[in-house]
Parts: sequence; structure tokens; C-alpha cells
Amino acid sequence: MATVHTRAKGDETPTAAPRAGGAPAVTLKSTAFRAEREPAWRRLEALITRAETGGLASLDARELLRLPILYRAVLSSLSVARAISLDRNLLTYLESLSSRAYFLVYGGRSNALSAIGRFLAVTLPAAVRAARWYIALSALCMVLGVVVGYVLTIGNLDWFYTFVSDGSAQGRTPTADTETLRRPLFSDGRGLGERLTAFASFLFTHNARIGIMAFALGFALGAPTVLLLFFNGLTLGAFAALYTSRGLGSELLGWLLIHGVTELTAIVLCGAAGLMLGRAVIFPGEYSRLQNLARAGRLAAVIVIGAVLMFFVAALLEGFGRQLILATDQRFLVAGVTAVLWALYFLRSGRGTS
Amino acid sequence: MNGPETTMQAARPIGSGSPLARWIETPEGVVLPIELGQRGERAVAFILDFLIVFGIIIGLYLLLLAVILGGKFGGIGWLFALVMLASFFIRSFYFAFFELRWQGTTPGKRAMGLRVIDRAGGPLTPQAVLGRNLMREVEVFLPIMVLISGTFSGEVWQTLATIGWLAVFMFMPLLNRDGLRVGDMIAGTWVVAAPKGALMRDLAHDEAAEAQSPSHYSFTTKQLDAYGIYELQTLEGVLRDRRPNAGEVRAEVARRIRAKIEMPEEDPADPDTERFLRDFYTAMRARLERRMLLGVRRRDKHDRR
Repeated sequence: MATVHTRAKGDETPTAAPRAGGAPAVTLKSTAFRAEREPAWRRLEALITRAETGGLASLDARELLRLPILYRAVLSSLSVARAISLDRNLLTYLESLSSRAYFLVYGGRSNALSAIGRFLAVTLPAAVRAARWYIALSALCMVLGVVVGYVLTIGNLDWFYTFVSDGSAQGRTPTADTETLRRPLFSDGRGLGERLTAFASFLFTHNARIGIMAFALGFALGAPTVLLLFFNGLTLGAFAALYTSRGLGSELLGWLLIHGVTELTAIVLCGAAGLMLGRAVIFPGEYSRLQNLARAGRLAAVIVIGAVLMFFVAALLEGFGRQLILATDQRFLVAGVTAVLWALYFLRSGRGTS
Repeated sequence: MNGPETTMQAARPIGSGSPLARWIETPEGVVLPIELGQRGERAVAFILDFLIVFGIIIGLYLLLLAVILGGKFGGIGWLFALVMLASFFIRSFYFAFFELRWQGTTPGKRAMGLRVIDRAGGPLTPQAVLGRNLMREVEVFLPIMVLISGTFSGEVWQTLATIGWLAVFMFMPLLNRDGLRVGDMIAGTWVVAAPKGALMRDLAHDEAAEAQSPSHYSFTTKQLDAYGIYELQTLEGVLRDRRPNAGEVRAEVARRIRAKIEMPEEDPADPDTERFLRDFYTAMRARLERRMLLGVRRRDKHDRR
């Protein structure tokens, strides 16, 4: 090996100084490390590239089992490389390979069916139980609206026009005669069957959207959620007052509650979810606002999904149950049964499992 | 090497100044650098997904129209209800469906090389995916509905308040450094760019290059200590440079290094730039890596250790 000795500064002659490298026979630790681990990295890279283009489903069972093992191996390689290697390309490569593997390994579960099952049996009821005080507050807002709407309207029916928009009144105003008010309560919808189904799905999408909005607007400090709940209550109260003044109070209640138990509960749940978000923003406590919002947001999202499912049930009860069951006492029965079922589900389901 | 920040600085002294660079800690306790998705790319990804969703919905309604015009079925009401329901589900759960099935990507995100991950480095949970996507209702669809349906019949201040209100939601990604949507905030997620990085040859062990020109420079410890890790990795970048003017850059770098370590060119008429730089790189890396093993991580030439 021909070595060109070059002039060095001062008394430090090249021959006397310790050799820090220069001969190809010297293999760096980092080079040896790379030579040994590289095949495993390449195997992982091939797996990831396939999974990234064809999804996790394109890997067979054996490869799926190998993925987390190779992932941990590359993480350990990265840790070692950070300690011993200064090859920036190698470090960048290992970091990007680790990240890609991390995204696949921790990118969420893909078994949708078992996820849904677990969600319904455990996650949702547990979230509702955890949010009981928010639900109480949300229900209070609505009940307050109902009481205020009822008391004001029963004292002076003119209030009705303030609380109920023309769109939702649909002619059922204090000026209408009692028969006009009574008829929609007991309409069996015969002859309207086709329009009815469209109506049911309209209600579903409409109410579900209101619920989602009550949740989403909670981000704005919760104030819009409270207002939404309160106004919803006002409308209900005003209707109740109008019908009571004509002696149709219990008939209206039966008409309302057959699906209302489910639907109003769903709205209250959405409102509770919105209030959780609002509280997370206003009172972050020991966490940062963002951290806290993320913690509350996930729980709240679970509740909203549950509420959307309830809206679906409510629309079915409204579209079909209410048109088929015309006797008020039977309607109360259905309302009572749904109330018990929902209470059992939310209070008992998934207890004891973590 | 205590705490993520120092590890990150140590791991990549170059390029970590990007405003989009962040780090996460995996559940295994390893700190990984990530790069946030650019807002423009995210917008394009969303528009792609949006077009897909509305393409499907419009397709469904056209199908319904064809059935009605064909007049084969009596129960149009049922079909209409079905199409409405389907549209609602597609619109509300398209994003969540794909982000759950495709590990945090949707067709649009995949096209733009983006991905949703957990901000804290944990697994991306179904709750987080559902939460961040339900928020779209307020961030995007509500403003669109307000604009289309023209809910501007109220007083001027009401209209302004509504617009201002919705604008806060819509433009939230522009109002924070991480480009978080409100949905990302409540779900504890962020959108990152898919990492790229190919493994190239080890410059310190390049057999092909060594066969061509075996190394024959040697350096004193003092000469090698002229620089630190930052300079070493800058030199690595110069050596890996494949651009047309890379030769000139290397010649200039070699000239400067020779001046700094006082090791002039033997034969200025026939400069041996490539070999000199590669030998200097290998020797310096050997020296710095050995010192690193002993616990001294010399950051750059100003770091007097």
C-alpha cells in the first residue's frame, strides 16, 4: 500500500502521529454493523413497499407475523446506528424505514367487524357512563328550555310564534282549530306510504346532522351547544303548551315520546359531547388545551357515533312505529319499553370489561 | 442523549431547521423524526376525496333518475329513501372508512403521499379517526351549505357573525404552526408526509470506488480534529452529490479543506480531488465515531472537545 506522506504542521509528523484511518483494510464499526443488519432492513423494506401499495391485505399470515418483529429490529438498528454511526444517509434511511413500519404497525386496526362489535358492546356504553355529568347538564339545558317554553306559552299563546318557526309549525299554530291540531297526531299515513319512507330517511339525516353539529360546535367553548339544546327545548315546550290548552296534552306526549325517548336522548348525548369539548377548551386543567381537547374529543366522538345510531332507531320508530300504533296508551308503552332498554344498555353493557 | 430534543439534534444536525419537522416517540420509546404534510398538499388531497364522494353521490342520483324515467318500479319512495341514506353514509363515513382500513390514508391522501397519525406517537384509534372526520361536517359541509342555501336573509350582523364563525373553523389550519384542523385537535392527530429515503452506498466502505483508486492519504489526529460531525455530514452530502456541477463543488471543498488542515496539493496540475475527499471523509468518520463511542459527540468545528 503506497502511502503518500504529506507535510504536516509543527512537530507532529505523520509517521509519529496515530493513524486515524486511511487504509482500506480498516473496517469501521458502523460499516460492519451495516453489513450485518442490512439484509433484515431490505426484507422489511420489501414488505412495507408491498403493504403500502396493496394494503395490509396483500401480505400473507406469515408476513403479517414477521412485520412487527422486523419493525422492532429496525428500531433497535436505528438506536444502535444513532450511537455508533455518523453516516447521515444511513440514519435517514433507517429513520424513514422505521417511520414507514411504524405507520403500518400502529396505523389502526383493519378488522372492521370486531372493532364495531367491541365498540357497541363496551366502548360506547362505557363512554356514556363516563360522561354522565355532561349528559345531566345537557339534559338540564333542554329541560329548562321545555319548562320556559311551556310556562311562557301557556300564559300567553302569542309566545308560540316566537319559539316555533313557521317551517316546523306546519299550520299547527294557536289560530288553527282543535281538529287540525289533532289530525296529524293520529294520521296513519295511509296512501302516503312511499313518501313516508323518504320522510323517515330525511328525518334521520336531518336529526343526525343536528346532533353532529351540537357536538362539533361544542369546540366553540360549548356556548352554541347550550343554545341549540335550549332552543330545541323551547320549541317542544311551546308545542306542549299549545296542545295542552286544547286538551290534547297526553295525546301529543304519546305521539312525541314513541320515538322521542330515543331521539331526545340522542340529542342530549350529542349536546353532552359538545359540552365536553367546550369544557376541555375552557378549563384545560393540568394538560395543555390541545392535549385536553384530544382526550375529551375521542370520548365525545364515541358518544356522537352512538347518538347517530340512536337517531337511526328513532327515525324507524317515527317512520313506521308511530304510523302503525295509533292508540295513545300503546304509544306510551313503546316509549316506556325503549326507555328501559336504552337505560339497561347504557348502564349495564360492558361493565366489568376494561 | 437525554430526552428527545438532544437525540434529535444529535441524529440529524442538518435539515432539522425545517418548519415542518417534528418528532414523535413510538410506544417502544424510540424517537422518530417526521415531516408534517404541507397545507397545500392536504388541500389537494381533500379536493380529490371530495370529488370522489360527490362523484359517487351524483352517480347514485343519476341512477335513481334513470330508474324513475324507465318507470319499471312502482316504489320510487323506497328507492329515494335508500339513495338519501346511502348518500348520507357515504358522505359522513367515507373518510373514516378509508382511514380505518388503509392505516390513516384515503385515496386522496395516498395520491399526495400523506398520512394521519397519532400526535402522541400511539396507535391511531378508531375513536380518533371517527372524531376527526365527524368534525368535517362543521369545517367544510356546513359552510358550503350556508353558501349554497344563502342563509343570508337575516340582518347584516347575523350574516357577518355566521361567516366569521364558520371562517374560524375553516381556516384553523392556517392559524396554528402544526396546520391542525379542528378535527385534528379533538382527535389528537396530525397529517404527516410519507417519509422517503433510499439506502445508498457506504462512503467509508465503497468497494467499487476503492478498486478504482485505493486510498493512500493519511492524516494526523490534529488534521482530523479540524472539523466536527456537522462538517463530516456536509462533506458526505458533497460526495453524494450527483448534480452536473458537483465536480466543481468538490474541487472547491477539497481546496478549502487542504487550506484548513495545511496539506497543500502535491501536484496542482493534476489534482486528486475525489480520492482525497473520500479518504479524508473515511478517516474523519473513523475518528469521530470512535470518539462518539467514548462518549464525546463533537457537534461541529466550534465544539472544542
